[in-house]
Amino acid sequence: MAAVRFSIYRYDPEQDQRARMQDYTLEHVGKDMMLLDALLELKKMDESLGFRRSCREGVCGSDAMSINGRNSLACITPLATLKQPVTLRPLPGRPVVRDLIVDMSQFYHQYREVKPYLTVHDPLPEVELSQSPQDREKLDGLYECILCACCSTACPSFWWNPDKFMGPAALLQAWRFLADSRDQDTDARLDALQGPYKLFRCHTIMSCVDVCPKGLNPTLAIGKIKDLMIKRSV
Amino acid sequence: MPIRKRKFDSLIIGAGGGGLRAALQLSRADAQVAVVSKVFPTRSHTVAAQGGVNAALANVSEDNWHWHMFDTIKGSDYLGDQDAIEYMCRAASRIVYELEHTGVPFSRLDNGRIYQRAFGGQSKHFGGEQATRTCAAADRTGHAILHSLYQQNIRAKTHFFDEYFAIDLIKDDAGYVLGALVMEIETGEPMLIEAKTTLLATGGAGQLYRTTTNALINTGDGMAMALRAGVPLQDMEFFQFHPTGIAGKGMLITEGVRGEGGYLINRDGERFMERYAPHAKDLASRDVVSRAIYIEIREGRGCGPDRDHVLLKVDHLGPEVIKKRLPGIRDLCLTFLHSDPIEKPIPVYPTAHYTMGGIPTNRYAQVVTPARHGPEEVVPGLYAAGECACVSVHGANRLGGNSLLDILVFGRAAANHIIDYLNESRYHRGLPDAGVQQAMARLERWDKKGDGETVDSVRAELTRVMEQHCGVFREQTMLDEGVKKVQELASRMQEVRLTDHSRIFNTARVEALELENLMDIALATVCSASARTESRGAHSRVDYPDRDDEHWLKHSLYFNDCSLDYKPVRMKPLTVDSFPPKARVY
Ligand SMILES: Cc1cc2nc3c(=O)[nH]c(=O)nc-3n(C[C@H](O)[C@H](O)[C@H](O)COP(=O)(O)OP(=O)(O)OC[C@H]3O[C@@H](n4cnc5c(N)ncnc54)[C@H](O)[C@@H]3O)c2cc1C
Ligand code: SF4
Ligand code: SF4
Ligand code: FES
Repeated sequence: MAAVRFSIYRYDPEQDQRARMQDYTLEHVGKDMMLLDALLELKKMDESLGFRRSCREGVCGSDAMSINGRNSLACITPLATLKQPVTLRPLPGRPVVRDLIVDMSQFYHQYREVKPYLTVHDPLPEVELSQSPQDREKLDGLYECILCACCSTACPSFWWNPDKFMGPAALLQAWRFLADSRDQDTDARLDALQGPYKLFRCHTIMSCVDVCPKGLNPTLAIGKIKDLMIKRSV
Repeated sequence: MPIRKRKFDSLIIGAGGGGLRAALQLSRADAQVAVVSKVFPTRSHTVAAQGGVNAALANVSEDNWHWHMFDTIKGSDYLGDQDAIEYMCRAASRIVYELEHTGVPFSRLDNGRIYQRAFGGQSKHFGGEQATRTCAAADRTGHAILHSLYQQNIRAKTHFFDEYFAIDLIKDDAGYVLGALVMEIETGEPMLIEAKTTLLATGGAGQLYRTTTNALINTGDGMAMALRAGVPLQDMEFFQFHPTGIAGKGMLITEGVRGEGGYLINRDGERFMERYAPHAKDLASRDVVSRAIYIEIREGRGCGPDRDHVLLKVDHLGPEVIKKRLPGIRDLCLTFLHSDPIEKPIPVYPTAHYTMGGIPTNRYAQVVTPARHGPEEVVPGLYAAGECACVSVHGANRLGGNSLLDILVFGRAAANHIIDYLNESRYHRGLPDAGVQQAMARLERWDKKGDGETVDSVRAELTRVMEQHCGVFREQTMLDEGVKKVQELASRMQEVRLTDHSRIFNTARVEALELENLMDIALATVCSASARTESRGAHSRVDYPDRDDEHWLKHSLYFNDCSLDYKPVRMKPLTVDSFPPKARVY
């Protein structure tokens, strides 16, 4: 592949009054290169370029960003599939710390809010809690979330009400525990999601499903929580 | 401006499985714990572990901890300490049940119990039939464990310092470790964390090598911090190359693939492991399989136009098994190879994977160092657990599925010992100024301006040198040259300069600090390797092809001044009979 052009959002709060887009060109691009590899190459040329990364294989959730207008992980996005100039911006709707790095605290806060941990009130056995393969299968598509925030930062309801609407990622985790046959906190979990905002601000726009790099489906999970809530109230 | 300071009972550096397991135990015991991590906890590299964690639950077939103990010792090529290994294998079942109770979504058997799969180097009846011992959550076991542990820590209200980089330990004249200097990455501000105990749980150093299964953050920081605090590093010559990294790229293909029935073939389509390990075949120990692949390729039987890899065949398992048991592996292949393992075999090559060596500890995870009164004196206040530690349960070669076990067992053991220590030590001892200044100097050194080499160019050379001079097969001249080259690179560090001197989220500065750490670890590795004139486990010397128990049944200790010392292997288990060294055949 020939050279690839980039247009990258830059913002250093110590120097820049406001953000700007900076152009870069990368020569000698390998045909199998992922976007993260390209960013690492660019960083060799300009070490001030800031972005998060760790695993390089789509499991740690560090390098979510807006890639040509769509949220995804740089490390599993093949460069060859991208239109040029490849335009990179930080995840939308979150305060920018620097360059492609956003402040994730609201996102993490919402995750903690849904009490994302297994709660068992009965005395614990000396061996494992039993769970059938069928019940275990209900957790597939839920537990694999890597907390990358691609979904929540693509969700219009989250943009408008980040302090009140839980957002798709947190709600997916809420359902992950509601769906777990071992969990014994169903009522408290549903109570905590009552009201017009926390859950019900989701208008099933599906942006979250579109962007999830792990192929998870928060909208489906949200629908299931709603169903359960309605079932409980009758 | 005075440096900000926080004070806790206990400091944990590292939020991988080891750090989080310890934190959970401490928080549940109402100790004030601070967990510092350079990345948000669930981004720690434990998240990438695939295949599973070993415990003789006997859910699938007959098993017991004593067989697991034997396999671990044999796997270690008899360099593992048998007391620590007995302790770990006995604790394994309980640790896994506890994990399940914290919420880990283990795969299940029809009877509702935890699913277990076969993994390399595991047997029944002390070397008999293949055992089925590795507890798995599909092929995302590390993810499942790390997230569950983080979640329970949220519940236990553990105090997290996310995206804080630990610079150095603070030690007083009496030798007590009293906390650490850290830097908040977001602001670039230094901060002191004072604590009665400090636990290092900073993971491995896979970034020593160019092609690695390890994340970019695995730079051996904790090991280097220990070295600088005067603690030696143990058995650093033993670095594991995993037989099945994706060729040319390095992403790991779990041993679980072979556990589920996958096998390796060469260009003739031959299942070559049958020649090297007639009994265990593809599930022989990792060192054995990696060497076999290397030899196949060297003798021209590699696959592909350049004959530079072998193939891992899985299609015969059928789409059902692959989708259900190995979904993550399938994803990796689709993403990075654009091919589906359901249809096509996976090109693989031995890839840098695991740091067997590390900070020497006893089985309470207390850091020990040779001192006046013997080879193992405790460093008061300092603990280490997980991949950064060397307790030593893996000896010269780690078995698959034993690292997740190690981090959990010894993370928990550390916390239990810390709880006792806190009960005995009512007061903080106070931080010495000198120690703080030294640590600050390390940070401030990167403010120096002017021309110089870049971090990246030196790091690139370092990983190349390590690959060429300290890889799967080793030899004296190569190693000696390697020592010289790494020393040269280390001295060039003085001339490395940053161009970016900003404060806010300066990732270049973090990488510079990481490179300094890597450099120390590289020297430790290559120096220890050049001194050991035998082949044992992962350390294969072409010039000394045999294991030499008479001279080398001992642990290496590398000190920061490049000197080496040795200490005996603890051959005596806690309650059972010792397993004396035997020839190792699979
Ligand atoms: C791809 C892959 C697959 C694996 N699969 C398996 C498997 O199936 N079974 C098995 O048993 N083992 C497996 N292993 C090995 C095992 O996963 C690791 O050895 C283990 O997870 C290490 O855990 P840890 O807690 O010691 O460290 P890590 O999980 O690496 O965590 C290190 C922590 O330290 C922090 N840290 C490091 N330096 C600093 C610093 N300077 N300042 C602040 N924080 C710092 C990091 O942020 C991180 O939180 C695998 C390894 C890899 C690479
Ligand atoms: S479906 Fe709901 S949660 Fe998902 S993006 Fe739309 S509004 Fe947000
Ligand atoms: S649901 Fe998907 S997009 Fe959202 S945080 Fe989880 S992995 Fe990321
Ligand atoms: S670097 Fe871990 S998800 Fe991309």
